[in-house]
Amino acid sequence: MFVAKSIAADHKDLIHDVSYDFHGRRMATCSSDQSVKVWDKGDDGEWHCTASWKTHSGSVWRVTWAHPEFGQVLASCSFDRTAAVWEEIVGESNDKQRGQSHWIKRTTLVDSRTSVTDVKFAPKHMGLMLTTCSADGVVRIYEAPDVMNLSQWSLQHEISCKLSCSCISWNPSSSRAHPPMIAVGSDDSNITYSGKVQIYEYNENTRKYAKAETLMTVTDPVHDITFAPNLGRSFHVLAIATKDVRIFKLIPMRRESANSSGPTKFEVQVMAQFDSHNSQVWRVSWNITSTLLASSGDDGCVRLWKANYMDNWKCTGILRGDGSPVNGSGHAAALSQIRSSLRESS
Amino acid sequence: MEEVDVEPSTTLIPGAGFYQKHLGFEWGPGDLIVYETNYKLQGPRSAGSPSVHIVRRDEDICSPILRKLFSESHLIFVGLQKIKEDVPSKNKKSQFVSISKNYRSVIRACMEELQQNAVSTQSGSLASQYGDQVSILLAIELIWNLCEVLFIDAAPAGSLLLQLLDWVRLHKSDVDAKAREVLQSDSPAQHQSYWDVVISLVLQGRTDEARQVLSKQASLRAESSSVFKRMDGLLQTMPIFNPTGTQTLTEFEVKWRHWHEECDRCLQDNTFASNRHLETICKILVGDEDTLLEQKELLSTWYHFLVTRLLFTHPTIKPPDLHYYAQSSMNMFLGPRASPEPLDIILLSAFEFDLHQVIKDCSIALNNWWFVAHLTDLLDHCKLLQSHNLHFGSNLREFLVLEYASGLFTHHSLWQLAVDYFDHCPEFGRVYLELQIERVPLDTERKAIKVLRICEDRQMSEQVRSICKIMAKRALRNNRLGSALSWTIRAKDAAFATLISERFLQDYSNKGSFTDLDLLDNLGPAMLLSDSLTFLGKYREFHRLYGEKRFSEAARLLLSLMTAKIAPRSLWMTLLTDALPLLEQKEVIFSVDQTYELMSCLEELNSGTKHSNLTDQDEDIESTKTELLRLALARNLTMAIVKEGTIET
Repeated sequence: MFVAKSIAADHKDLIHDVSYDFHGRRMATCSSDQSVKVWDKGDDGEWHCTASWKTHSGSVWRVTWAHPEFGQVLASCSFDRTAAVWEEIVGESNDKQRGQSHWIKRTTLVDSRTSVTDVKFAPKHMGLMLTTCSADGVVRIYEAPDVMNLSQWSLQHEISCKLSCSCISWNPSSSRAHPPMIAVGSDDSNITYSGKVQIYEYNENTRKYAKAETLMTVTDPVHDITFAPNLGRSFHVLAIATKDVRIFKLIPMRRESANSSGPTKFEVQVMAQFDSHNSQVWRVSWNITSTLLASSGDDGCVRLWKANYMDNWKCTGILRGDGSPVNGSGHAAALSQIRSSLRESS
Repeated sequence: MEEVDVEPSTTLIPGAGFYQKHLGFEWGPGDLIVYETNYKLQGPRSAGSPSVHIVRRDEDICSPILRKLFSESHLIFVGLQKIKEDVPSKNKKSQFVSISKNYRSVIRACMEELQQNAVSTQSGSLASQYGDQVSILLAIELIWNLCEVLFIDAAPAGSLLLQLLDWVRLHKSDVDAKAREVLQSDSPAQHQSYWDVVISLVLQGRTDEARQVLSKQASLRAESSSVFKRMDGLLQTMPIFNPTGTQTLTEFEVKWRHWHEECDRCLQDNTFASNRHLETICKILVGDEDTLLEQKELLSTWYHFLVTRLLFTHPTIKPPDLHYYAQSSMNMFLGPRASPEPLDIILLSAFEFDLHQVIKDCSIALNNWWFVAHLTDLLDHCKLLQSHNLHFGSNLREFLVLEYASGLFTHHSLWQLAVDYFDHCPEFGRVYLELQIERVPLDTERKAIKVLRICEDRQMSEQVRSICKIMAKRALRNNRLGSALSWTIRAKDAAFATLISERFLQDYSNKGSFTDLDLLDNLGPAMLLSDSLTFLGKYREFHRLYGEKRFSEAARLLLSLMTAKIAPRSLWMTLLTDALPLLEQKEVIFSVDQTYELMSCLEELNSGTKHSNLTDQDEDIESTKTELLRLALARNLTMAIVKEGTIET
């Protein structure tokens, strides 16, 4: 692998999240400098920043795009206990010439009492639904009943997880065989509730989300969680970032006719477990076809994992910072010069 | 079966890891974004300006020359899939061999172009990049050719060696260049490479050519001509198996053994003692291993050594016996200290007829799936994978083809080739295609239509709906109502159709005219998608009829819009106002019955709850309109009664 391009992001502080839009032509970055920037890929293949604005009054943890069926819509969540929904407004023609676009806030969701740690849109077949999770242990599911009016959102469900939540992931499957399912990860160090991954499923009859499964074997804090694209399988694949990388297989068990009202029961198997990071794993993410899983750990590496046709998993690549300061930043270059001259003189 | 375990390569990201120790990432289409960050959320603030890095795999997709390889091999692939199952197997084998040769010629063409570019380019780094690609393609063609000989053509004993000889000759072309140089020189026999050329030709079994070069020597020295004549005789009488001839393998073997003994006798009699070169050649003819190994430089590869060794010791080698000679040849040639390269291991696995190992090692050694995907697909068609006792027979083929095609999908034009590959993966092809085709950026209407056609041809209705919806939404955002409407109709999205129809009507009431008349006039049955859309279409039709002065038809349509409840209540006032000009025509258009109906519509409208948010001024306008209408309707009624009551005389 090689670095094809480096883009100066121009944030004044740490970047916490980067998100590509559905077609990979736009990108959003969010930062501790409380702003979100939107980048567009031009026909020349170069990325241009087309919008940059202050979104919150605290660090922005995550930013995510809605499906383009709903237009150009972003959601962000922050340490300031809120999540926000933004929509791009088609600007004046001179704006377009200058390559700038405007984003306006459609709504602020203020229900959380603590930092909002993750924000995700539900799969599009469920409509325009936004989900947040917070350190206060509550997962909130909002819906915009009128997709033409993004300032109206109603809180449809509040799921109390009893543990501080760090991440959520929706099962992307739109198959009618699978009711909507969401996985919640917790980085709480509480020992009483030891299973740190909970899976909730929507029940058509009660019209509520009920807990279907707790992964009791995951007892360490969970930092990220992600379902793999379904690919027509009957079972679900879930990757978890905890003290190592773990991939679970969730096989729905056939319902006994008597108990058809409760949530689906699952057989849980561990498909793979990787401890090559040798430290906390902070992020996991599947590529589009779920043939590659990437993970980022405390060892400062991003690792790529791939299964061959025999379902044997192997690490196929590692990315690591070279520990050098960014070129061109005069302050940093001077610093490194001083450092190296010190080394030489000693 | 050992796993060729390769350590994963590490790629360093410059400028990351200095201020913050974590690396964040995000998957993109065909690449990965990586940036410096700190997941602990409470670490030190970042001092520098952070960068975001885009990381790609070593993709050959970027090279325009290799793109030709991809598109031409795509044609061959599709042609291969179409070969019917019921053709008898003997004919099929020749078809498969010719397809294999097609693939190889495409590789060679690509190699030549790359080579030309490498020579002509100014940039040093580009030249070395091209050079690398040429070496990779050379290796690929070498392996493919061997697989063709051993697996696809599956030559039996006798022909096997001949084909292996061809294989070696094809991949060691420097002999021809050297031979030409020697022969074209003033005094070939004195040329410093003279004997090298002769020996090289003998090593490749090209006895006639060797004799030709030798004859240059013989004409010079009269006294030693008998020795040269003797060597010429040996070379001339060397038996070569003729697969199409009448001679059986056993008969050939007998003849060959006689000849071999004769060569041996020459050595024992010291016939060639006077000329060490001829002596060497004779030792080669006898198949003396030490002599052969001394020619390492001329042979240059262990597999050349292998084939030469077989030529002069076991020309009737049978396929199952190959591997023993292959392994020992490699060991002898490379020596005890040298370790084999990945290419050597792959070739050895081929000689051992271990197809699975060949495919696996090629997958690991090369970072593009093109080669293994196409080769495995061809081998699968030859039914070779199943006979090798792999329980995942066609799954391996599908796995590799899916990998290759998925890689193509990220490219802005090659993705269309990928579609055909997915079509020929029966298990997962469709679902992979559904997943990936949605992500193709819809830069232009033309591209969107291209993508749509692919989905429509395959009845991927959800993808069709989604793409049309995205285009409709985009058009609506940019206020292109006509475009939005036609996309919405194609998406069969009733709710959105209602929305857009309402926008049209809003536009009409603001501007007083319709936009996109072409579209509205030709809605046809699509009108039925939503009630609002039906109304919009019919309302436009009313205006058209009026414009064409077909007043009675227009009148009837207008009335039906209200009575059939197609028109929304909110627009009845507008419709009734539209009726005014019809009522004020000189001739009577609305009949008595129709006028009564209009009157009742007007009263029904007025009996409804008044809007409280109307200003006083608006209320005045509304009541004025009502009065006007009542007057016009009453007048029309009288005229209609009179008209209908009058008997025409």
